[in-house]
Amino acid sequence: MNAGCFCLHFTASQVRVTTIQNRNFFREGASNLINDNYDEALLIARLQAGDKAACAECIEIHSPTIYRLALRLMQNETEAEDVLQETFINAFKAIEKFEGRSGLGTWLYRITHNAAMMRLRKPQKYFLSVEETLSEEDGAIVPKQLFDWCCLPEEDFESDEVQNKLEQAIYALPEKYKSVFVLRELEGLSTQETADSLDLTTSAVKVRLHRARLHLRDKLSPYFTEMAQASEKAT
Amino acid sequence: MKPETCEHLLDDLSDFLDGEASEEVCAEIERHLADCENCRVMVDTLHKTVLLYHELPQPELPEDARQRLYQSLDLEAYLTAK
Repeated sequence: MNAGCFCLHFTASQVRVTTIQNRNFFREGASNLINDNYDEALLIARLQAGDKAACAECIEIHSPTIYRLALRLMQNETEAEDVLQETFINAFKAIEKFEGRSGLGTWLYRITHNAAMMRLRKPQKYFLSVEETLSEEDGAIVPKQLFDWCCLPEEDFESDEVQNKLEQAIYALPEKYKSVFVLRELEGLSTQETADSLDLTTSAVKVRLHRARLHLRDKLSPYFTEMAQASEKAT
Repeated sequence: MKPETCEHLLDDLSDFLDGEASEEVCAEIERHLADCENCRVMVDTLHKTVLLYHELPQPELPEDARQRLYQSLDLEAYLTAK
């Protein structure tokens, strides 16, 4: 415990407001190609008519997110690129059958997820729509590290080493949490969009997101605790 | 505080951080945090973890991979410079 480290203690209201603002900021960044003039129904109609310019538009809008999802799932740039190509090849082949029950993006992310899982040869159980509660998960997560490392100077969190640690911690997440975390937390999809992309219920998405966050906090805490303790000793 | 209260709080923390917890749950968590140092640290570090990921630079699709994607789809004619 670090009872003396109060410098970055948030009040409950601050915690909620800051987190929401960050997510909204992030969503704007993730969808900067989808502006007020974007007409998804028209784009889908053009894709279904075989309009190649529409294919290029679709690629420009969705390939960044698809690549990042594939990269985080495959942990390998070459394989992520293969999944990216496979996604668009399969999507443009199947676009005539796309009925628009979900958004074009969520449909594409589902194809990406399935393509990545096929390559990883994971059991199909994660494709099933399931209701989940915390008690049904594989054991409760008991926080192991309770040292408040938030007091580290902000610049200490901005190094390449820290960013690598953050990426590595994503890679170490169990598969079932990783896809949810990438789409919901990093790509800024809504809970419903994430659920549609992964064929999950919204409650399952919420449970998996929470689990992912707890895993990541536990994974990162020893590293940041060591940094904070070294910083305390130095001062 | 009883340990089971801490575990109960843990279940609701993401809803709390995302502003999706009910007023009743928020009030319960805030009351608990006032007295439980372990849970206060837990909330702070979980919140910081979420913020760090929101600020994490996103990997970009490499330009050569983008070009190969257009080639694989026979769409080179529509490839525009970034």
